Amino acid sequence: MGDMLTVKDLRVTFLDNNKEALHGISFTMQEGERLGLVGESGSGKTVTAMAITGLIERSRVTVTGDVVFEGMDLHRCSRSQLRSIQGPGMGVVFQEPMNSLNPLIKVGYQVEETLRIHTKKTPEERRKLAIDALDRVGLPNPDEIYSKYPHQLSGGQRQRAMIAAAMVIHPKLLICDEPTTALDVSVQAKILKLLKELSDEYKVGILLISHDLLVVKQLCENVAVMYKGNIVEQGKTLDIFNAPKDEYTRQLMAAIPKRRRHE
Amino acid sequence: MTYVLKKTGVLIVSLILISLLAFLAFQIIPGDPTTKLLGTDWTPERAEALREQLGLNGNIFARYFQWLKGLLSGDPGISYSYFMPVKEVMQGKIQVTAALSLLSWFLVMLFSIPLGILLARFQGSHLERAGIVLNQVFMAVPPFFLGMLFTYLFGLLLKWFTPGAYVPFSDSFWGATGYMAFPALAVAIPKAAKTAKLLRSSILNEMNKAYVRTAYSRGNSRWAVLRDHVLRNAMLPVITYLAMSLADTVAGSIIVEQVFALPGLGRLLLSSIGNRDFPVAQCIVVIIAFVVVFMNYLADIVTQYVDPRVRLN
Amino acid sequence: MKQYLKNKNFRAGLLITGIMILAILIGLVWTPYDPNAMSGSEKLQGPSGAHLFGTDNFGRDIFSRVIQGAGATFLIAAAAVAIGLIVGLIVGGLTGFYGGVLDEVLMRIADSILAFPSILLALVMIAILGKGKYNIIIALGILFVPSFARIVRTEVAKQKNTDYVRNARLMGASNMRILFLHIMPNIIPVLLSSVAIGFNNAVLSEASMSYLGVGVQPPDPSLGRLLSEAQGYLFQAPWYAIFTGVAIILLILGFGLLADGMGGE
Repeated sequence: MGDMLTVKDLRVTFLDNNKEALHGISFTMQEGERLGLVGESGSGKTVTAMAITGLIERSRVTVTGDVVFEGMDLHRCSRSQLRSIQGPGMGVVFQEPMNSLNPLIKVGYQVEETLRIHTKKTPEERRKLAIDALDRVGLPNPDEIYSKYPHQLSGGQRQRAMIAAAMVIHPKLLICDEPTTALDVSVQAKILKLLKELSDEYKVGILLISHDLLVVKQLCENVAVMYKGNIVEQGKTLDIFNAPKDEYTRQLMAAIPKRRRHE
Repeated sequence: MTYVLKKTGVLIVSLILISLLAFLAFQIIPGDPTTKLLGTDWTPERAEALREQLGLNGNIFARYFQWLKGLLSGDPGISYSYFMPVKEVMQGKIQVTAALSLLSWFLVMLFSIPLGILLARFQGSHLERAGIVLNQVFMAVPPFFLGMLFTYLFGLLLKWFTPGAYVPFSDSFWGATGYMAFPALAVAIPKAAKTAKLLRSSILNEMNKAYVRTAYSRGNSRWAVLRDHVLRNAMLPVITYLAMSLADTVAGSIIVEQVFALPGLGRLLLSSIGNRDFPVAQCIVVIIAFVVVFMNYLADIVTQYVDPRVRLN
Repeated sequence: MKQYLKNKNFRAGLLITGIMILAILIGLVWTPYDPNAMSGSEKLQGPSGAHLFGTDNFGRDIFSRVIQGAGATFLIAAAAVAIGLIVGLIVGGLTGFYGGVLDEVLMRIADSILAFPSILLALVMIAILGKGKYNIIIALGILFVPSFARIVRTEVAKQKNTDYVRNARLMGASNMRILFLHIMPNIIPVLLSSVAIGFNNAVLSEASMSYLGVGVQPPDPSLGRLLSEAQGYLFQAPWYAIFTGVAIILLILGFGLLADGMGGE
């Protein structure tokens, strides 16, 4: 399998305060790979994710370095080329299922939106695919959920709907920005398990952004540790867990309560 | 449903209170209408007979109920100036003011919604900055001054209409509408500017919400995000504002009628205040107050209906 | 003040209002001509070097009359806002501080009054009080009470539970002392933008009422009255209406921008 995503010497500078948020980070992802990007808040992990998805408003930042996804250079292509991979190429699952869904639009419409934008499927086909996707992410009575509004769903259900909305078009890469942080602990594990199943079943790569090493360990075979805009260490998750080399990684490890280490 | 019932209850209580307040407000004005009505024919006996005829002799609550009964059955008393039923004095005037207010209200929506969207869409551009400055100026123009400018420009210079020569609706529908277009614009433009400003800031506020980022992540263009996702959220506060702004277009119409010599409620209200013809003034005030309260009621209901978060709870 | 100065709207508003107030102040002691001096030979002249805004039907200098009218309108607005503000501070301060049923009832009443277009209520008040300069001030002043009271009440209710008020109470300060010496100074910033909005509404209402003939009566000057006079000469002397109208717009625009820059409206 070849490289799906190559990030090379990525630097992002915000124009309003002229601060460099990323100081040249590099990593690659293979097709179907699950990579965890871990670090404390402010370490630049979310900026990295936003730069990869092209969701940073181009006029607000200067970006140097390359982000190449499936052979397309995302910071030099046209806006419409960028849009053509947003959805079918990479889907995004955000942290807050509460606010990340549009409160005035029915769940079904939001789930099938990528199909509406990127495919020529008929409304009936879209509806069927959306209900299948809702079913696949483990939502009971997907027919009913399809015509409900987001506020009628629980937090965990909303996050499942978000995952269904990203997965309905079978993207190559799913970018999950703290997908479980806002959820109850009992729901967290189920969502992580679901993501793992989906990734295996559809050969979808997952880039997981998290502050929690244990969440990363449950889902990802590889991990990159970020600190102050740099990647300080990357490699196999188990290797890093067993023998962290960087001082900061050790601190992150030490912060995990002992009883949780063997989760 | 219980919400609608509750609001309807509040509406009825408000209407009763308003009618009572309007009635009392005009009762505390000192003066005896018989002096004016009888003029030089005034004698104590005649005045007494007239008071009896006008129903001015009962206690205040009896008079209120009598007046309210008359109002509801379409007979709100006798005009002191014309000495004929208020109903006849008001003949045809309500239609003029209603047409002008509704036309203005329609224009407010027609201008403000596209303008607010455009201002938000081109945020940060020179076009937007120029638009905002212009919008701010239009917000500051008094409707009656705008009316005078239109009279001068379109009436006197370009001769698109003849100032003061209003054609009633009964004579020619299009003639009346054509004449009313200018006063309606004068009422609508400042209000539309305010509404556009509100819509713009509502849109920009929504643009920072998390669901907008989600919409972008699915490959929506900026325009599609605005149209399919942001607009319906941003319109929620604007819908309430628009529903309530009918009251303002009624108030604006009352003033602008004077500029264009339109025979509506506004001119009648002013002349009745000038002549101390209180049955007429009282009736007009109550009618307008009812409209205001009713529009607020509708605004509440509509806001309920369009927001599923409220509707389904 | 410093944080406001960063705001473009506020700076523009300050500039416009500053110029207008300066012109009004100068107008109190000096105008190019006596605003009431008639001149049979100079009737309805267009703008020129001698008469900047031209002359009216009696040959009076419109520039001088506009400055005098703006001063009168400004004073009426200031007096009306002052009445609304003072009464609003007392009513809102007390109800916000003590709460209870009276608070609830008064605020409900304030809300219903605020739902009505102020010009309509002003007309009703004028019908009761009669026409004239002082009645306009009283009518507008009373009409401004609910909005000021509402804002003050909300702020006082908010401040009431802050730590510094609790501290003052622990130190044994009386209720009145807490309300007027500790809480009131803290709500001034919030009130400033409401005062600007109040001025804005007052200028518009005065101009509308006087234009309609139920406000300021001759021979008292005011911008609204000038406009109603100018309307009769719209064809022969459009500059009369235009310059008067522009003065009204500048006053309203200036206060509107100030309010906007201070985060109001």
